[in-house]
Amino acid sequence: MLVALALVNAGALAIDTEAAFPDPALQARYEHMIRELRCVQCQNQSIADSPVGLAADLRRQVREMIAAGKTDADIKRYMTDRYGDFVLYDPPLRARTYVLWAAPVLLMLITLGVAARVILRRSKAPIGPDPEEPA
Amino acid sequence: MWRYFAPAVAFLVLGALFAFTLLRIGEGKLDVHEIQSPLIGKAAPAFALPSVADPAQLVDSHALAGKMYVLNVWGTWCGGCREEHPALLEIARSGGVPLIGIDWKDERDVAVQYLAELGNPYQQVASDADGRVAIDWGVYGAPETFLISDTGTVLVKHIGPITAAAWQEKFVPHLKAGGGR
Repeated sequence: MLVALALVNAGALAIDTEAAFPDPALQARYEHMIRELRCVQCQNQSIADSPVGLAADLRRQVREMIAAGKTDADIKRYMTDRYGDFVLYDPPLRARTYVLWAAPVLLMLITLGVAARVILRRSKAPIGPDPEEPA
Repeated sequence: MWRYFAPAVAFLVLGALFAFTLLRIGEGKLDVHEIQSPLIGKAAPAFALPSVADPAQLVDSHALAGKMYVLNVWGTWCGGCREEHPALLEIARSGGVPLIGIDWKDERDVAVQYLAELGNPYQQVASDADGRVAIDWGVYGAPETFLISDTGTVLVKHIGPITAAAWQEKFVPHLKAGGGR
């Protein structure tokens, strides 16, 4: 009996009290989706990890929307319409987040530029002690 | 010469920025956990929920349309709600605008007793036992207080216990501007 129960429940998440989706593809989408969504109440956990009541309500919402045939984009839009972009762990690219997304590339370019300047100058300098370093 | 000063200047600028931000947090002018609601300026989500006073009756947002109202999301399990309760009573007493309560993920009899004990500032209280309406309103922690215009637009969202000061600063200017009489 216990073994049978364990088998039925295999694949359900430990945090959920409901059974897993019968279709493993739907269950995989569900598990992926709830890791993409931040628990806005606790703010540093996804709704997959949070034991808080609101996270359980949001998991139920995701579960129902997947069962109703909604796409991942539908679910994300439903959440951002209510909670804002903060609910997504992966912030979307839009005017407000250009700086955020461009920052790594910009920092990389600046670093490369500085490195190139230093290397070029040093390669032109005569071999010996660096004239700019105090002796 | 500048190359020796540049790191020090950069350090000082960064340090000043950190100090400025930390001081603002310290003074309570900046709450890093506050999430700007995407609902501001949009149509208030509709709801129809059983009344806490009489579950046979519905509290319906359509019946509230046409005049300004305040929507307060609370629960008997919520410490901040107990803290803000005197301020809500005061707001209700000063008239002006009706208070509608949403009792979030709560038990009816406990809520009835809570209101009998502490006083009832609400014109109507709706019971959102399974939390679906709260999700529609983007609620992430009680108490939260909204101001809805006479045309059904969300004007203000206040997160955390409401105080007389916050009421004056955020809500009263809208009441004076029109709709709340």
